[in-house]
Amino acid sequence: MLDTIARRVNADANLIRRGRFVDTTFMVAIGDAYTLIRIQEGRIASVTPGPFITPDYSFALRASRDVWEKFWRPLPPLGFTDIFALVKQKLMKVEGDLHPFMSNLLYFKDVLAAPRREAKR
Amino acid sequence: MSPRFEPITGRYLHCELLGKPHRLYVEEAGGGIPLLCLHTAGADARQYRGLMNDKRVTENFRVIAFDMPWHGKSSPPAGWQDEEYQLSSRDYVRMIVEVADALELDKPVAMGCSIGGRIVLHLACEQAERFRALIGLESAAYTAPYYDLSWLSRPDVHGGMVCAGVVSGLIAPTAPSEGRWETLWHYMQSGPGVFKGDLHFYMIDGDIRGRVDTIDIKRCPLFLLTGEYDYSCTAEGTLDVAKRTGAPATIMKDLGHFPMSENPEKFVGYLLPVLEKIRNL
Repeated sequence: MLDTIARRVNADANLIRRGRFVDTTFMVAIGDAYTLIRIQEGRIASVTPGPFITPDYSFALRASRDVWEKFWRPLPPLGFTDIFALVKQKLMKVEGDLHPFMSNLLYFKDVLAAPRREAKR
Repeated sequence: MSPRFEPITGRYLHCELLGKPHRLYVEEAGGGIPLLCLHTAGADARQYRGLMNDKRVTENFRVIAFDMPWHGKSSPPAGWQDEEYQLSSRDYVRMIVEVADALELDKPVAMGCSIGGRIVLHLACEQAERFRALIGLESAAYTAPYYDLSWLSRPDVHGGMVCAGVVSGLIAPTAPSEGRWETLWHYMQSGPGVFKGDLHFYMIDGDIRGRVDTIDIKRCPLFLLTGEYDYSCTAEGTLDVAKRTGAPATIMKDLGHFPMSENPEKFVGYLLPVLEKIRNL
């Protein structure tokens, strides 16, 4: 489900501009499938699928495959439109060092929603 | 060609609120029944400009919206630098009544959104005789914190950007881009710690679950309107208040937590039937 995220984000010059001070690695957990996403100056430098023995990342977002699939629909169902909507319903956990995430929240929300765009077109 | 002014007038009102002198920014448009509008946490009265520019609303209602102290163009009271801003239920109720008095409003309708939607429930409990009717937008008896509020006010995180980031998902995904980003712009302009201070009321002090049953809609009619995409004040939360009070409630399609600013045209379609009922009271 993360196949397109790097292409989508790196093709969006405005999103890269908004994230130009972001330099971190974060984890997306889709059920028990883990992926590390490395961001450098707002661009996705690498997307590395697990498994990992000693993953090194700042923060992680964890949800079931079913939840991510709904979140990534072109128009997600009610309650699945936003990361914080999922957190409030306890369908997603955001954990770790949240400083890079919270201090670039609008940027990360758009990065995480980027896989939606393909279906929109 | 004459200048293209909107029909909105903005002025500064001098009044005493909570025992201190204040200079309050107030906007208004239209004439008729006074409709006192209360903005959301961490925003300001600009949220109601869509209503003030809509003749269908202003032909029978004098729409008035003020920036709460600390918000928009209303400065904090003198000495603000020595305290942490924190909104309480008691102060919020008193401030609204004192503003209505300072404006010499005769039995106004009060309409509030989010924290404003919560406070109209407090007004219904405590000040029913002061108001002609109450309209709660995104109104629920309680919302529990679902993130660490300390992120909203710390020097190593841009306050405007994080506040906008926190609320962005509350806007309906179907909202027009212009309405979405103007709503977020208001959040980006909020003073440091103001949104967090308002949420003290919304998520902690303003819990009114224990008193909703005492609301008597015969003393003061109450109307509830909530956007279907609002996960902060949920449709379930609004319908629970409706069930316990008998107040009519409508869940608004394609709207979120900021109906009047994210998509004013769509929102007015839901508001007009309520205003018509209030005219016929």
